[in-house]
Amino acid sequence: MSARVLVGVKRVIDYAVKIRVKPDHTGVVTDGVKHSMNPFCEIAVEEAVKLKEKKLVKEVVAVSCGPQQVQETIRTALAMGADRGIHVEVSGKDYETLGPLQVSKILAALAKKEQADLIILGKQAIDDDCNQTGQMTAALLDWPQGTFASEVNIEADKLKVVREVDGGLETIKIKLPAVVTADLRLNTPRYATLPNIMKAKKKKIANVKPADLGVDVSSRLEVLKVDEPPQRQGGVKVETVNDLVRKLKEAGRI
Amino acid sequence: MANPLRAELPFLGREYPKGADYFRDRLRAAFAKNKDVNDPEKIKELISRGGFVVKELEALHYLRKYRALKKRYYETE
Repeated sequence: MSARVLVGVKRVIDYAVKIRVKPDHTGVVTDGVKHSMNPFCEIAVEEAVKLKEKKLVKEVVAVSCGPQQVQETIRTALAMGADRGIHVEVSGKDYETLGPLQVSKILAALAKKEQADLIILGKQAIDDDCNQTGQMTAALLDWPQGTFASEVNIEADKLKVVREVDGGLETIKIKLPAVVTADLRLNTPRYATLPNIMKAKKKKIANVKPADLGVDVSSRLEVLKVDEPPQRQGGVKVETVNDLVRKLKEAGRI
Repeated sequence: MANPLRAELPFLGREYPKGADYFRDRLRAAFAKNKDVNDPEKIKELISRGGFVVKELEALHYLRKYRALKKRYYETE
């Protein structure tokens, strides 16, 4: 099987960190804050590596867009089993405004350049929660998409994808090449052990600029304001069941 | 003989829920307590216990993450 898989990985603020909004409300505090690979991207990498271990694909290429620091994220993917990495350099203001549209243009260009047969992405990033990059990438390439995947199987030249949808599960069959976005229950990502991290240092990460791929990263969106969610109201204690019923009625709940 | 656990355990412990310092202090104490063990059988047993702790830590980190994401992104009835 000569298939090549492209996996997009995003460097985000770690899921366990308490997010703080900047005093000027232009964004959230990122300086000195712990960052790591987006959890859904971890699941995407794991799925790609699993496919390689089953000998259904030949090569897994990890891609990330951003400044120098995203190389850490690519290294984590390499430690999990990706074969090589591509760092698309975007920094400064361009990085602050980088969003799904530009990233999907970059991924589409890379997919063509690297002759990828499959792109696996996380379903969404836990910082912007866009849930758009996979879908846009498929549209730009005119490839079919299997989003919110909780199971992926390669059958000949087709992909069988079980999708998590509101009503339950939907199973579709799509032709390769295709884009898949990973949902939480697709797999359990392996931990990048220290020996694997050391070994990954020998794997190559290529540097590329968006301009080299013919992509304009300027944004058509402007963030006007970032606010914290409303504070949780304190709860009220009641003495009796009747009190509870009365309060619920007052609140229009029953 | 280099013990791979000497690097792996602190590495995994840096995300310990009670704090990296808490973990590091307990880990150091555990290694110090056993530093005079010479019986190869005993040593093998301690190393396999260390390997077990590594697996436990990995599972702990994964579960915390899984539960946090499940809570955030999926509706619980």
